[in-house]
Amino acid sequence: MPKTSDPDVRVVVRNVRKRFVLRHTHSFKETFVALIKGKKLTTSFDALHDVDITIREGESVALFGHNGSGKSTLLKLISGVLRPDVGEVLTRGRIAGLIEVGAGFHPDLSGRENIYLNAAILGMGKKEIDARFDEIVEFSEIGDFIDTEVKHYSSGMFVRLAFAVAIHTTLDVLLVDEILAVGDEPFQRKCLDKIRELQSQGKTMVVVSHSLDTTANLCSRGILIEKGRVVFDGDSHEAVARMRGK
Amino acid sequence: MTFRSSSSDSVGFVAPGASRGLIDVFRRRYLLSLLIRKEIQVRYRGSVLGWLWSYVKPTAQFVVFFLALGVFLRLNATMEMYPIYLFSGLIVINFFNEAFSNGTRSIVDNGALIKKIFLPREMFPVASTIVAFVNFLPQLLVTVVVCLVVGWRPQPLQLVGVLIGVAIIAILATGLGMFFGAINVSFRDSQNFVELIVLVVTWASPVLYPWTTVRDNLPDWLLQTYLANPVTVAVELFHAGLWYPTTDGTFTLPPELFLRAAAGLLMAMLVVGLGQLVFRRLEGRFAQDL
Repeated sequence: MPKTSDPDVRVVVRNVRKRFVLRHTHSFKETFVALIKGKKLTTSFDALHDVDITIREGESVALFGHNGSGKSTLLKLISGVLRPDVGEVLTRGRIAGLIEVGAGFHPDLSGRENIYLNAAILGMGKKEIDARFDEIVEFSEIGDFIDTEVKHYSSGMFVRLAFAVAIHTTLDVLLVDEILAVGDEPFQRKCLDKIRELQSQGKTMVVVSHSLDTTANLCSRGILIEKGRVVFDGDSHEAVARMRGK
Repeated sequence: MTFRSSSSDSVGFVAPGASRGLIDVFRRRYLLSLLIRKEIQVRYRGSVLGWLWSYVKPTAQFVVFFLALGVFLRLNATMEMYPIYLFSGLIVINFFNEAFSNGTRSIVDNGALIKKIFLPREMFPVASTIVAFVNFLPQLLVTVVVCLVVGWRPQPLQLVGVLIGVAIIAILATGLGMFFGAINVSFRDSQNFVELIVLVVTWASPVLYPWTTVRDNLPDWLLQTYLANPVTVAVELFHAGLWYPTTDGTFTLPPELFLRAAAGLLMAMLVVGLGQLVFRRLEGRFAQDL
């Protein structure tokens, strides 16, 4: 296994397990009744077990797996939203959590205000945002609506703006969750072009998406996760083939 | 759970999600300022009176208390400058209550964000306190202007007292907001409990009545407990700084007020320490429990 001392390693996931505990009772009364009836108060399940992944600088990695396989959990562990129960996750450089575009958007704020707020949430400073502001607006094709409250946007405009903010964060590692399906076709193509541009600049990327072929074309490395375990780590097209083969 | 790297070969690596709590909040001041601005902009959006509501509420509250206690229970006749006494105490309590209850709800209210993007989550209770402070400032200004009109000549010591009072409330409310806000994620009982506290706070400090009635009616150990409450200390610092100088000085303020102020400040800091501790303990589960 590669050591973290390698200069070009960006993300290390080492022997990670993530367990979720589900509470079935939500009040004293329910707990009491459950105790008397001898029902279980909680159930736990492992969303991820024994996951070992090393991602190098400039690498684009696609995470494949069916719903509930644990790929979003893994992405959340890398972004720091969740912490592993066992093992460790280490990252180097600035990480942008793209996890679900538009998470920090507020409907009552204008497009402009939302750009600043969200870029700051994703970890950028004022000067960085100022410098990139025009580029973001241009990319989003929002135009004159930039000072309109976001709640009046069409859903297409909304995702375009959200994606534009996220993709323009000047960070080292991008985590991309299910955003390749944004907007209409021309905009999707534009997004893919932008992602390729970032790849050629040497940005590291971890992508989760259900559009398998697009993702496989975008990333050379694919990791297939089944029921919380890594079952394949290698060529992305082969990962897709394996996933379809089941 | 291991938050930090245990290996020695990981120079430059960090464990994502390991934050230094309040320290990180102030390192990301820009984000904090945007969150505060958002909160202020959004709060009264869609209402005709807008931010005037922040003044309508304390005014109505003041009028009700003044009529009930000042006029009907004749406090206005027995206490000099009772309206100033009442208002200068009420604004302290309102500041505390707003910061505390909004801080408690802030984690759950921002659940959508906390679940998806990592940022120092202490940001939200801190922002709640600062928003409450922004709301409190104009009320303080009104009080100061009224005091000046009736002949107050500010002394440095009085102003220092008022500032310490503000600091006590801000620190205490942030600490309590973190404590109850973190618990609120798993147990929504927390915010109901806080509503209960908020209800009691107004009466548990000498805001509507003078502290001397407590002195005259309760045994000494209860009086000392009563006076040890940091909120009471802050209220009395406001009375000493703003109301007392407008009277002829026949009223007795609680003895050793500055000593009590130091103790109150210390207590508020201990509460922040405790709040941060509990917050860190529970923080790991926020994203999955919200």
